[in-house]
Amino acid sequence: MIIVCPFCGPRDLSEFAYCGDADNLAARPDPAATDPAAWNAYVYDRTNPAGEHAEIWQHAGGCRKFLRVVRNTVTHEISGVTMLEPKA
Amino acid sequence: MAEPFISTPVVTDAAESPLAGHYEKGEFGNLDRGVQVTLTERFPLAICDVCAWPGAETKTANAIKKVTGVALTKAGDAVDESAQAFQHAPGRWTVIAANPALPEALAKAAGDNATVVDLSHGRTVLRIDGGQSRRVLSKLFPIDFKSDYFPLEKGIATKHHEIFAQIQRVGDDAFDIIIFRSYARSFWHALRRASDEVGYVVD
Repeated sequence: MIIVCPFCGPRDLSEFAYCGDADNLAARPDPAATDPAAWNAYVYDRTNPAGEHAEIWQHAGGCRKFLRVVRNTVTHEISGVTMLEPKA
Repeated sequence: MAEPFISTPVVTDAAESPLAGHYEKGEFGNLDRGVQVTLTERFPLAICDVCAWPGAETKTANAIKKVTGVALTKAGDAVDESAQAFQHAPGRWTVIAANPALPEALAKAAGDNATVVDLSHGRTVLRIDGGQSRRVLSKLFPIDFKSDYFPLEKGIATKHHEIFAQIQRVGDDAFDIIIFRSYARSFWHALRRASDEVGYVVD
């Protein structure tokens, strides 16, 4: 699989580290919350789609930037890569 | 601005190469077609990582130009006789020169626009030059070394298995590989083995 890094260009999968579901980030409970059901849902429950899936990848063996990659889980076709910037 | 922390500059007379005792000069490998690549270690050098704060990228590039005298390309890369630089991540450069005063000069010129980390003690630079250099490098890195993808002066960050490496094209067939000092011997061994096929000289 090749991911086209917006800065480095097309690079081999071996340079990238998977960092999780991009759409799950907003679902994190308040860190002070102790509701086990909410944490269980955040940590374990996944939609596991057969099709397009938004993911966070880090170009760990390159520019080290975090990327939002939309990948088709059936075909591995990548339809979009954008660079994530820290919140201002 | 806070007083920059500058590590002890490289003492060029006393510095010891990480390949000391393993740097055997001569011709090796399959010499049926003669020597087709030349391997060298460029040592000792001052090696810095310069990371611009957001919004200060242009000022940082100007500071690098001012200190080293090199003219950066649009992509932020440069190779000169006295110094070389390349942008390996957005707003982040590797700068190399034979001048031990480089880290201090960069830190002063960059001021509050960037942070400068002196990597002179932590990295070493290996050079491969010759008609078959791309063939050898292609065995070690998942990178396209053809000229249209890898123009002169371009520098990139990549890795050889888990060994992080930076590569800059410094000539028609010449590439500098900037590698962790602690992995230098292991990588040197891999580079020699990869060069066996085409015949190489250690200069």
